Amino acid sequence: MIEAEVVLDGETTSRVALTDTAIELLRMLWGKHGPLMFHQSGGCCDGSSPMCYPAGELITSDADVRLGRFDIAPDGEPAQPVDFWMSREQFTYWSHTHLTVDVVPGRGSGFSVEGPEGVRFLIRSRLIDDEP
Amino acid sequence: MTIYAAPGTPDSLITFKSRYEHWIGGQWVAPAQGQYFEDISPVNGKPFAEVGRGTAEDIEAALDAAHRAAPAWGKTTGTERAAVLNAIADVITANLEMLAVAESWDNGKPIREVLGADLPLAADHFRYFASLIRAQEGEFTEINGDMIAYHYAEPLGVVGQIIPWNFPILMATWKLAPALAGGNAVVLKPAEQTPVSILVLMELLADVLPPGVVNVVNGFGLEAGKPLASSPRIRKIAFTGETTTGRLILQYASANIIPATVELGGKSPNLFFEDVASTHDDYYDKAQEGFVLFAFNQGEVCTCPSRSLIQASIYDSFLGDAVERTRKAIQGNPLDTDTQVGAQASNDQLEKILSYIDIGKQEGAALLLGGERVDLGGDLTDGYYVAPTIFEGKNSMRVFQEEIFGPVVAVTSFEDYADAISLANDTLYGLGAGVWSRNGNLAYRAGRDIKAGRVWVNNYHAYPAGAAFGGYKSSGIGRENSKAALAHYQQTKNLLVSYSEKAEGFF
Repeated sequence: MIEAEVVLDGETTSRVALTDTAIELLRMLWGKHGPLMFHQSGGCCDGSSPMCYPAGELITSDADVRLGRFDIAPDGEPAQPVDFWMSREQFTYWSHTHLTVDVVPGRGSGFSVEGPEGVRFLIRSRLIDDEP
Repeated sequence: MTIYAAPGTPDSLITFKSRYEHWIGGQWVAPAQGQYFEDISPVNGKPFAEVGRGTAEDIEAALDAAHRAAPAWGKTTGTERAAVLNAIADVITANLEMLAVAESWDNGKPIREVLGADLPLAADHFRYFASLIRAQEGEFTEINGDMIAYHYAEPLGVVGQIIPWNFPILMATWKLAPALAGGNAVVLKPAEQTPVSILVLMELLADVLPPGVVNVVNGFGLEAGKPLASSPRIRKIAFTGETTTGRLILQYASANIIPATVELGGKSPNLFFEDVASTHDDYYDKAQEGFVLFAFNQGEVCTCPSRSLIQASIYDSFLGDAVERTRKAIQGNPLDTDTQVGAQASNDQLEKILSYIDIGKQEGAALLLGGERVDLGGDLTDGYYVAPTIFEGKNSMRVFQEEIFGPVVAVTSFEDYADAISLANDTLYGLGAGVWSRNGNLAYRAGRDIKAGRVWVNNYHAYPAGAAFGGYKSSGIGRENSKAALAHYQQTKNLLVSYSEKAEGFF
């Protein structure tokens, strides 16, 4: 498991993490699709799933918050940064929880790049004051 | 009580094909890259058919067919299109039970809902838009004695539609009926969780719809949905789903300068004012049912009343009764007409619901009922079943703020009217809401003060074709149902005609 680099001003602890399974999947997807990004969805159907896109596919703006930056590269390899974004309004309701991106078998819709692989990124959460 | 035979057994009303290709130009067309994916029934967690895994080439083929069909279809009269829409409704009605088994098997929903709601509503929806287009009148304005502005409602042309998995046939209908009534040709991408039932319907409609007017391409969002949504060959995109994909769709639409309608879900409050419990009569019983409707369709409804707000003075007794009422909900084989709660639509949906139950507990919400996966045993042991779940907590908790899309309700109390409205509106979303009160004045004011596109007053989860449906706030843009939906599938042509022989006098 890896924690994201802290990128929010004034913060010192990571808000998002990747499980080992998520890291492996991301490395495979990076090989297929190039640099990647996450944007945490909300709302209907497959809402609440973290959507993974080619980096820049979703245009982020001041309406979004970057919660952290992962480096999924193996030790000693060139960096493979993956930013994790969420809409600012959604962050006001989620900010008290730490998020871990995991992988489960399944078939989410949406345009997330892992869809065709028969697996789905899934968010697991804990209260931010708790130790993992 | 009837238990319909499961597909794959001798008495089943439907025999699925082992493989479904795309439906393009009124016929089956194999995916260009020859790839298929398995459609899994949530009823037993097992695959039952292969479905075409569409790619950009298939979307192009479907767009070709749609563009071939659109000019002639767009020139048909409202009377002719109304006849086609009514014929579609007749086909649905004539095949009600067979389609119901297909839908229940594909989605996991109880067949009593499909027989009693999804399919009758779908048929009625086509009939409603048949009536609407038949009765639609153009407008003209007499600018002055010699000049008339004529206004015609013209089709957009070829439109793209991406539909969700929670009511596969009904949600396709919500988008198809106004599009077809308006004279458009459609390329439709069903959800990859529920790709088959709409194809079963399309095959039945082969002799009803002109070839190419409706084309269905299945596949994954990345491989088939994106090429459709981002295509410069569509004149409109309609989408139902979640917020991030909704933003992508709007982004693609902006690149092509086309209109987009997006329905992105909600976290709908259901408000119970104290006079609801003044006597325990039929109305009280109805309000109790209104609470339990969070479990309708396993909670997989954009307007699921997933936040129950109960006035403090009746909180303990009303909630106590509601827990007991919910406990009586019958969960079981979706093909049994007695079953009220069926299976969640997919494994990842099941996992997500369980992860929300976990964070609800971590945040200190009290679990009053359910909270676990259910093993129905036998053939259904691997199906995706979750017990109706009631949490009690605070509106700031994540289980109060996120659309879980499962049979999970989060309950809290309010003190007075101002508190009720404040809690109801303390959400990113504004799709649905419920207001329960015997006091018409109070219910009216609450209905107007809640920031949501649909407020049910003294009822919930009714979806008549004539009532506009759509979101405020982050729940989306546009309306479905009613004449408002037709307006999203037509554009205004103005003929500005001079009946004067005199020069305008500028030159």
